[in-house]
Amino acid sequence: MLFFASLREQLGTAAEEIELPAGVATVAALRSHLAHRGGAWEGALAEKKNVRAAVNQDMAKPAAAIRAGDEIAFFPPVTGG
Amino acid sequence: MKICVQREDFDLSLETKALSKRDGVGAVASFVGVVRDVGMTLEHYAGMTENSIRKIAEEAQKRWQVMDCTVIHRYGELAPHDQIVLVAVASRHRGDAFAACEFIMDYLKTQAPFWKKEHRPEGAAWVEARASDDEAAGRWEPPARKAG
Repeated sequence: MLFFASLREQLGTAAEEIELPAGVATVAALRSHLAHRGGAWEGALAEKKNVRAAVNQDMAKPAAAIRAGDEIAFFPPVTGG
Repeated sequence: MKICVQREDFDLSLETKALSKRDGVGAVASFVGVVRDVGMTLEHYAGMTENSIRKIAEEAQKRWQVMDCTVIHRYGELAPHDQIVLVAVASRHRGDAFAACEFIMDYLKTQAPFWKKEHRPEGAAWVEARASDDEAAGRWEPPARKAG
């Protein structure tokens, strides 16, 4: 998992490797799993927060499927250009 | 197609001249984004950035008659008046070049993984995404008619 920009700062980490938790098969489920860690995780990833995701470096919707070995990135809406 | 994500500055004149050298090119439209008020740090998702820009440019090629295009986006520390991004599109005619250039820029603002952190006098702050940027990209849906 990778975290960028304000999300990376809030969480205090840019990258973390985890075992895919049982029952977690989508981007939304992984986000919810991480939010349940509480503290900064809950604050940054709570449902009301505007967080985007990518799976294997492609923009992904919350319902997108994830598998063991995938690179999942979470970040705020992009502001380039 | 030339896609670059780099720290270094770019030269608009060199890039548009390179595009105009192709046989059959009759129009080169370009856009340069510049740091407006305060310095900033631009972060990006190395690995994903170039591919996401390439997809946007390929989509433009499907919709308009695009003979070639160049997109350069900088990252790292940038000061006021620095150039941030270049989009340049070569086509036979201006209509396709203008439209494809604007399309690429609009999509880049909502799809390419860059984040700006502004260094304001009161402290550094991440730039919030603007709804108007989503609207700008959204107006290209459904696919525009391919201009003749």
